[in-house]
Amino acid sequence: MSDVASREYDLSQTEPRPLDAPSYASVSDYIALLKPRVMSLVIFTALVGIVRAPGEVHPVIAFTALLCIAIGAGASGALNMWWDADIDAVMSRTKRRPIPAGHVTPGEALAFGLTLSVGSVLVLGLLVNELSAALLAFTIFFYAVVYTMWLKRSTPQNIVIGGAAGAFPPMVGWAAASGGIGLESILLFLIIFFWTPPHFWALALYKSGDYARAGVPMLPVVSGTAETRRQILLYTLILVPLAMSPFFLGMAGLAYGVVSGIAGGLMLLLAVQVYRRREGAPAEQAARRLFGFSILYLFLLFAVLLVEAVAPAGLGL
Amino acid sequence: MADENKTPQTPKLQAPKPQTPAPEIEGVVLTEEQKRRRRARSVAIALTLAALCVLFYVVTIVKLGPAVLIRPL
Repeated sequence: MSDVASREYDLSQTEPRPLDAPSYASVSDYIALLKPRVMSLVIFTALVGIVRAPGEVHPVIAFTALLCIAIGAGASGALNMWWDADIDAVMSRTKRRPIPAGHVTPGEALAFGLTLSVGSVLVLGLLVNELSAALLAFTIFFYAVVYTMWLKRSTPQNIVIGGAAGAFPPMVGWAAASGGIGLESILLFLIIFFWTPPHFWALALYKSGDYARAGVPMLPVVSGTAETRRQILLYTLILVPLAMSPFFLGMAGLAYGVVSGIAGGLMLLLAVQVYRRREGAPAEQAARRLFGFSILYLFLLFAVLLVEAVAPAGLGL
Repeated sequence: MADENKTPQTPKLQAPKPQTPAPEIEGVVLTEEQKRRRRARSVAIALTLAALCVLFYVVTIVKLGPAVLIRPL
């Protein structure tokens, strides 16, 4: 672990401000603390969990559940930025975040994250149901404490285990709508869980210098790029049939079967390219392609599940 | 001449007003930009609270339904 990864702040652009100093934070800084891009994926997958769940749920209750899940996800993002401000400051991808940029103090981010965490769990529990609130609380805890504070700086398996936090939202949505946990919601969880390693390791392959500087033990930094390519391929080999399983188990329709088959084939092809192209620009290009397509792949899978759930039965989806 | 007997009147000297030092500004002085950002944050908090009020009201109606209007007189 490098010096940078200790809890010492060495933010060249900012001096630590006294606690009673006036805040420079704008509303957009606080929105940035919520990690809106991650939040949009959480909203989308949670929505699929809500609409796929058995039984009827009132649209207002569904909206409330979705709002709480989104705020909870944003809160854990703010807590992540509070804890990781030191390493964010040295990574090109994250150095413009509100804390390293000096717009928001770590204390402000911590207070914001804790307030929203407690608020989102309480409102979900009071207005929707207790099971979904408990799952949301566990998701926030898992992301902020288990992943951010413990795993991220201590093991190259950080994003494998930590990926569970990103996989919970459809299960929370399912629980909010049905009051239970079904096999399909577990499958949705597993799809995101096994999607996370190839997605993040593809990014880490061409950003490994960043992670090394920050002292984050990502797999390419610790075990090398060859092992990372092998692991990406292995996880993709598990992911593709797993993503097709809702069709084979009769939980999804023909459209899902076709899309998950074709997109899964492309995902596997790109993972093989990453495995085979190991040097220079072609290697980086392959990793970038896999990273970009992995986002589209997950979006397609969940979009078809969503369309199948809401489309009129007459369409045969 | 009567006018010559008059002694010239010297203008009354008024005692100088005690000079009070300019009040020192104590505490934190916000710049215009900080004031603008604080106002924007306050508006955002107000809108959020208003939205929460609406949400709680609507959810109450949804959960209780028409029964919300039935109460003993």
